Amino acid sequence: MLAPPSPVTVEIIVNGTPRRACVEPRTTLVDFLREHLGLTGTHIGCEHGICGACSVLLEGEPVRACCLFALQVEGLSVTTVEGLAPARGELSRLQNAFCEAHALQCGYCTPGMLIACHDLLARNPRPSEEEIREAIGGNLCRCTGYQQIVDAVKLASGQEAAHG
Amino acid sequence: MKAAPFAYVRAESLDHALDLLAAYGGEAKPIAGGQSLVPMMAMRLARPALLVDINRLPALKGVAVGPRCAVMGATTRQRAVEEDAALHRAVPLLRAALAWVGHVQTRNRGTVGGSLAHADPSAELPLAACVLDATLVLQSRAGGERRLSAADFFLAPMVTAAEEAECLTAIEWPVWEGPGVACAFEEVAIRHGDFAMAAAACQIQLDADGVCRRAALGLGGVAGTPLAFPDLAAQLEGRRIHERLAQEVAEAAAARSEPGSDTHADAEYRRHLAAVLLRRVLLRAAGAPARAPI
Amino acid sequence: MAEPPRFRYIGQHRRAVEHRRFVTGQGRYAADIALPGLLHVAIVASPHASARILSVDASAALALPGVHAVLTGEDLQPEIEPMLPGVDAPEVRRFPLARDVVRYAGEWVAAVVADSRAIAEDAAELVEVDYAPSPHVVDPEAAIAPGAPLVHPMRGSNVIFRREFVWGPVEEDFAAAAHRLSYRVRWGRSATVPIETFVCTAAWNDATNLLDVWASIQMPKFPDLLARCLRLPGNAVRVHFDVDVGGSYGVKRGLKHAILVGFLARQLGRPVRFLEDRLENMRGGDMQGPDRLFDVTLAFDDKGVIRSMRMRALDDVGAYAGRSPFQLGKPVGAIVGPYTIHSVAYEAISVLTNKTPQEAVRGFGQAPTNYAIETGLDKVARFLGLDRIELRRRNLIPPERFPYLIPSGTLYDSGDYARVLDKALAAAPYAELLRQREALRAQGRLAGIGVSTCLEPSGGNSSFEPLFNPKNTTTTWMDSCLIRVDLNGAVTAVMATSSSGQAHETLVSTVVGEVLQREPDSIRVIHADSLSALPSNSPVGSRMAIMLGGAAAGAAKRIRAKMLRIAAHNLGVAEEALEWREGAAVLRADPTRALSWARLVEIAHREFHNLPPGMEPGLQESFVWEVPGGGGLPTPDGRIQMYPCHSFEAHVVLASVDPETGKVALHRYVVGHDCGVMISPDVVHGMTYGGVAHGLGAALMEKFAYSPEGQLLSGSLMDYLLPSAQEVPPITIVDHCTPSPLTEFGQKGSGEAGYLGGPAAIASAINDALAPLGAALDALPMTPAAIWRTLRAAQMARAATESTREPT
Repeated sequence: MLAPPSPVTVEIIVNGTPRRACVEPRTTLVDFLREHLGLTGTHIGCEHGICGACSVLLEGEPVRACCLFALQVEGLSVTTVEGLAPARGELSRLQNAFCEAHALQCGYCTPGMLIACHDLLARNPRPSEEEIREAIGGNLCRCTGYQQIVDAVKLASGQEAAHG
Repeated sequence: MKAAPFAYVRAESLDHALDLLAAYGGEAKPIAGGQSLVPMMAMRLARPALLVDINRLPALKGVAVGPRCAVMGATTRQRAVEEDAALHRAVPLLRAALAWVGHVQTRNRGTVGGSLAHADPSAELPLAACVLDATLVLQSRAGGERRLSAADFFLAPMVTAAEEAECLTAIEWPVWEGPGVACAFEEVAIRHGDFAMAAAACQIQLDADGVCRRAALGLGGVAGTPLAFPDLAAQLEGRRIHERLAQEVAEAAAARSEPGSDTHADAEYRRHLAAVLLRRVLLRAAGAPARAPI
Repeated sequence: MAEPPRFRYIGQHRRAVEHRRFVTGQGRYAADIALPGLLHVAIVASPHASARILSVDASAALALPGVHAVLTGEDLQPEIEPMLPGVDAPEVRRFPLARDVVRYAGEWVAAVVADSRAIAEDAAELVEVDYAPSPHVVDPEAAIAPGAPLVHPMRGSNVIFRREFVWGPVEEDFAAAAHRLSYRVRWGRSATVPIETFVCTAAWNDATNLLDVWASIQMPKFPDLLARCLRLPGNAVRVHFDVDVGGSYGVKRGLKHAILVGFLARQLGRPVRFLEDRLENMRGGDMQGPDRLFDVTLAFDDKGVIRSMRMRALDDVGAYAGRSPFQLGKPVGAIVGPYTIHSVAYEAISVLTNKTPQEAVRGFGQAPTNYAIETGLDKVARFLGLDRIELRRRNLIPPERFPYLIPSGTLYDSGDYARVLDKALAAAPYAELLRQREALRAQGRLAGIGVSTCLEPSGGNSSFEPLFNPKNTTTTWMDSCLIRVDLNGAVTAVMATSSSGQAHETLVSTVVGEVLQREPDSIRVIHADSLSALPSNSPVGSRMAIMLGGAAAGAAKRIRAKMLRIAAHNLGVAEEALEWREGAAVLRADPTRALSWARLVEIAHREFHNLPPGMEPGLQESFVWEVPGGGGLPTPDGRIQMYPCHSFEAHVVLASVDPETGKVALHRYVVGHDCGVMISPDVVHGMTYGGVAHGLGAALMEKFAYSPEGQLLSGSLMDYLLPSAQEVPPITIVDHCTPSPLTEFGQKGSGEAGYLGGPAAIASAINDALAPLGAALDALPMTPAAIWRTLRAAQMARAATESTREPT
């Protein structure tokens, strides 16, 4: 028989810095970030892999942080919304475009949306409307109807200005 | 929605993983991408006492495309498959199926073997495996290697022929040699990326005159397992696939489905969809004009 | 029509001040509040739709390490006051935890408190509850039939509210009309389902006897209700309105959550958090929306002019009710839509069933009613062989008749409905839609154009309270703002409620900047807590542009007036000789004589000797605004001014349906929208896009479905389908501006825009697509399976007709 699981120390490189905490094996990556590191920018929406609010970059690729246990990510590199800006007090081109195009309202899905769009632009600097919609298809937003998010991604990719 | 407690071991080698599965039998479960398993654990519908993480085993990753068969490690990510040009030429149905699977975040993490082992009857990859008659390679400490056809692997919803101590390690996808291979995959889900209410897939090979020389076809979401219909596929061989033939074959296949009902679709609707979708994929793959456009 | 007035900041593109914190992950939501020693709650919920609780055994749960308490209804109910329904039905008592009886599957039975949420869930599994299932009812029509199981036997009936109103000469109008047409439509049970679930964190301080609450709340009078239910004085509960709320659109009304968490925090002497998980949220979060059957008869003449309407609305509110029956009351204020319907008979029935309780949803009941009215317009057009757009033109209230009094007592403030419809049609453009519809049909698809012309009553009043409950004499629903200018001249505005994405900080700073002529980005807006706040009725009912905007303008005008008085006194001129320019007081006749902003601030804060005699020093002003046009009680026959302002939207949609699968595609979506003067156009457009997407969900895919046993079948986001960017099409918005005469800047509300007409328009398009086959579908959501069944039924009916016609 298995002994009851005991907490384990895990180290993950978060936004470029090794971060360590002692967690139960059942701790998901999103709970690790939020509850153990205090990085509350990554949000929880459904905890069953549908809404995308918890999206982070794992080794540069977007994944759902509710569908990963922190221990699985040991030693790997994770980027959260807190790590998207080039420097403190600055905004990335994409973050800037989200503000400019009013691509958010309540802000709850926004970190996951930014992660998905950041990845899209890294792969595809000038995505079409359809490609943008596909890239954010796994990120649910209840405020915006997605239109201004699509506009923001176009703006960030230099395709059209949201405002004349 | 927090998982019940479990112990976690990252397997150092395939042998290590198999040792753990042998030692802990039904209490242990391998985890690959976890895109289905983790949500089920969060809902406490799955509660393994030990998770054996097989993500970091190089032996289980990667694709080798040979002349007759493409061998794929079980933990090859769906996204890697989607982007593999050589694999796409060898087994075109895979990319066609993956276009309907989840979203970029889930495909980045989700593995091909994980989707097969999860055995959701409406999932796309199990349907592709059944249609192409893929071989699933299972390994265990006691039994060594065991190879099962997809048809023998899927037993019921979320139930496979894999023993508790067995780990799915590889999938062998048949490569159809020669020119004229075409495929199509289509499904109906209310929302893109969701599991299908019904799905249909086919891969065919046409000669220079447009006569079908080889065919495989199947249905998903309309029974406890994906369904392949080799006998119906055989009826296409030596013939041109036209509207009426496609319709007959599709209806014959749909008649053998045993769909269930849920809040989104009842059995009758699913069976109807099965016939429509199968007719459409056959015509699309064959390049014949479809009656109703997509 | 007058040109809309020009403004300096109002109506301009401006980045929302809230955005910067959200895009950098610096928002502060209720789940982000970290307190030392925080404990976590998980819920034990009823698996039965109706049952007696025989016993609850928590001993195994309590024995688990890390578990601090298991609270049952037996423990809790004697210690608190019940949450009562808004209507007069005191027998329908509702508590956070059930005692003796459970009335829906998912109802909370016990709460487990532990060191972590995971441990709380482990323990919740160990709580053993014995139930004796009892008869249940899940269908609202069955629930009002004789002999139905009673959800609340003390009530004696499952009808929690019923009233029949007759406004105007309905009998005479029906008798005089050439035609009448009856139909039934069903609005499926859906909701807003924000991506953030409901979250509440509370901490009790024994030394100060103060309960601090951080909750993702959007609810009128929440702090007062919470204190009353906890048997605490109002000043012992401090609700922090500075938490960011992750979406609400009506539903974030977690009073029961907050009562539970507040009670636990006080009992345990430790801070406690309850973060609903998605499964708890869907089943027991009590946030499902209207679930309505409408039976409507329209009386109209040969030209299609509708004279009178009889409407019966049967709404399934679930097992308990708070404000949900009022969702049949608010539509009284727009019961004729934008049309000249002369008389109305309206029967409103709220029914209790063994389902999850209903909560407020965007539009507060107006979207279903709009869908019912619009369906009728289409049916009349089809009946008379008229074009649906032409039929609407014949019925729309013409611009010269404003202000327009509708039969149920509301005066519509302003509007130019036909013009907005024209603009939407021109933007489509409609001729192109007709061409595309034919092209799609030629390809073998079913294709249709949908139109809806709908009202968005705005400026949230509570007139439905006295209308639906004679014991309720509420006639004000004020909102307020406080503005301070500090001694360095910086402006801070204080608002008194939380925000859930409406960009209120942007609204207030824009308005205050406009009045004071100060750069809006220099103005800080903060959310007070409930003990330091002036009164607010929260951002419901599309009210904040009107009510908070009006209060902020009022307070800013008081600051400006005070500064002008100081200037007049110091310049030795009459106040009337001064004007306010660039944030300074300037002598109109000689602009070289002026007092700057800095100088006026200096005098107000430091130089009592330079203040006009009797003036208070400092610069701080508040303004509490009553809803314009409100303040009255209903007439005995149930007429009352409901909301003050009336925004309007015209939707034009091109859709197609796959005839074999029933799957719908939307090819073109245009909304003409008039909400008067837009203070923040980007914000208004954003809400409208979002409202359309939400309406698309309600029209095509979202439904809280129940099994005959009363089990929720769509309890996760895998089954309850929120549309993604791949389902929502690109949307074109066409603005129009008919200013409201009732508001400071001519603004109207827009928080529900898009949702109020979207479902009706999409349904209209689908029915236009199905019409050539003689099929029609009058129930939402119109899922592929539902459309297919409708098509098949029509096909079979046609086949049957043809076979009977064959000669024997």
